[in-house]
Amino acid sequence: MEKAQFPIRVRGLRNVFGSHVIHDGLDLDVRKGEILGVVGGSGTGKSVLMRTIIGLQIPDAGEVDVLGDTITDAQDDSDIDIRSRWGVLFQGGALFSTLTVAENVEVPLREFYPEISDDLRHEIARYKVLLSGLPAEATSKYPSELSGGMKKRAGLARALALDPELLFLDEPTAGLDPIGAAAFDQLILQLQQTLDLTVFLITHDLDTLYEICDRVAVIADKKVIAVGTIPELLALDHPWIQEYFNGPRGRAAQDAQERHAAVKTRISADAPSQAGADEA
Amino acid sequence: MRELTDFTIVPATGEGASKLAFSGPMTVSSLGRTDARLRDLSESIAEIDLSGVTRMDTVGAWTVWRLSRDHDAKITGCSESAQKLVDAISKADTNAENVRAPRLPLLRRVPAHVGEVMIGLGKGALQVLGFIGQVIQSSGTLIRHPGRFRMKALVHQMELVGVNSLAIIGLMSFLVGIVIAQQGAVQLRQFGAEIYTVNLVGRLTLRELGVLMTAIMVAGRSGSAFAAQLGTMKLTEEVDAMRTIGVSPMEALVLPRLLATMLMMPLLGFYSAFIGIIGGAFLSSITLGIPFFTFLARIQEVVPLHDVWVGITKAPVFGLIVALAGCYQGMQVKNNAEEVGTRTTAAVVMAIFTVIVLDAFFAVFFTEIGWG
Repeated sequence: MEKAQFPIRVRGLRNVFGSHVIHDGLDLDVRKGEILGVVGGSGTGKSVLMRTIIGLQIPDAGEVDVLGDTITDAQDDSDIDIRSRWGVLFQGGALFSTLTVAENVEVPLREFYPEISDDLRHEIARYKVLLSGLPAEATSKYPSELSGGMKKRAGLARALALDPELLFLDEPTAGLDPIGAAAFDQLILQLQQTLDLTVFLITHDLDTLYEICDRVAVIADKKVIAVGTIPELLALDHPWIQEYFNGPRGRAAQDAQERHAAVKTRISADAPSQAGADEA
Repeated sequence: MRELTDFTIVPATGEGASKLAFSGPMTVSSLGRTDARLRDLSESIAEIDLSGVTRMDTVGAWTVWRLSRDHDAKITGCSESAQKLVDAISKADTNAENVRAPRLPLLRRVPAHVGEVMIGLGKGALQVLGFIGQVIQSSGTLIRHPGRFRMKALVHQMELVGVNSLAIIGLMSFLVGIVIAQQGAVQLRQFGAEIYTVNLVGRLTLRELGVLMTAIMVAGRSGSAFAAQLGTMKLTEEVDAMRTIGVSPMEALVLPRLLATMLMMPLLGFYSAFIGIIGGAFLSSITLGIPFFTFLARIQEVVPLHDVWVGITKAPVFGLIVALAGCYQGMQVKNNAEEVGTRTTAAVVMAIFTVIVLDAFFAVFFTEIGWG
């Protein structure tokens, strides 16, 4: 029961590169159905943490449980089942450059469910691409013909190809223009609500944290020093957290969030029927 | 072991169409086989009943949506979450665009491809000329501004091309020397002219094989590395970054590689010939009874000095060809990672082919001018 509640459990994680200790005694629980934002300064090992959780990086010590299975001692064959239950979006999209967008989405389907007919697989690829907010013409394009934002959306479509329960996003809004970033945030939120996903999200984007994250985990001093909602974190006394959320950018994001919320309530008060349209 | 989606068709009572009732999970892992049966349905369906469905994901929702769209059926017994999924999917449905990049039928694809290759060859020849022009132009600039020359890069490349390949070229040449001596001796023995093995080994390695084998080895080792390095740098926009900073990629990347290869090739070629002769002498001393140092002394008597010059004259030309091919192909990379591979292969093939053609030309040329 406890395991079902926490799709990701990290206990006593230790990662060392050469003589450089990245993580030491790191603990983290991700709750089912939440969007967990992971923040931390550059070089604190956010991406390394993600790579450890998805089994790309073998930790020096500690235990990582994903969806009830222990990743840290999994053999290649036995964790195949888990791999079909998560989707990963890498920073640059990491699309296969010799395949079209649709073919990229089809790769995991082909790999895990060879019994699916070509027709159905093409249909799945097409609606996933559209669901990720790309136009239908994008399906037959190669990654080199796409803009950065479109690559991320295509990467998201591939991450969602198998209808995963868990979604890992590494800086999804980095490098996007503010409009594109806001749209991507909404897309993630919408998909998370529709598909009932648990999302592990690494970000530097304060707007993303305020807009869509249920809880935020802060990595500093080689471990997760705090997990909680933003108001809970603000109540803490750690200098890095204070500087992060109360620095000029943090303040700006907070103000924007408050303005946004105020506008939303005003609209819904004025014309309740329009509020839904505004959100969509 | 996996639970599969199942469905039953309840025929309509009296007039009208039937009802299709799904049961079990409707997910990506359970629908694969059921989908084919659904596509083969002949009767028209007026109602899709989902009350027996235990679990649904977007693939299930898509299947339900497609059926209801194609048969104009209504969906009943839908749980709230399933309804949400079907709604979301229905928004993502448009009139089908092609999933694949458009593809011509075979009979038109073949001539089209041949045509493309021919046009590509023509364009490629022009581009090679253009590249050589750029090289000459930036060499001119460098001669006028010698201070801009990148000595460090040159020395580094000389180490990579020359020093680091000494072991492999030495081993190869030693073995080739042994093979020539052994095979030559077998044939010459029939005329009682085993002593001419010395002439054979000495002239062949110094004049032809030393330089040719070295050029092939350098093409495989360094030419391919040039293409792959420059190609990857093009992909990661490093070359563009250089341009914006005001560093000419020609001066910083291409010229040091060209010059390093041209400088190292004569040395490597001579070294290769020398080791080849050692190999020949080693085998002769074992099987032919010609003492090692006698063999070396004979070499000086029977090999005319111009043979050495023939080898050494060809070497920088071959080096230039190998490095040009590598750098040219590397700088042509764009779009994707696959191109780095094809361009690297093309660099090696282009280099070795051109080197062998030129070698034939040189063989005739040197004989004609009396260095036979």
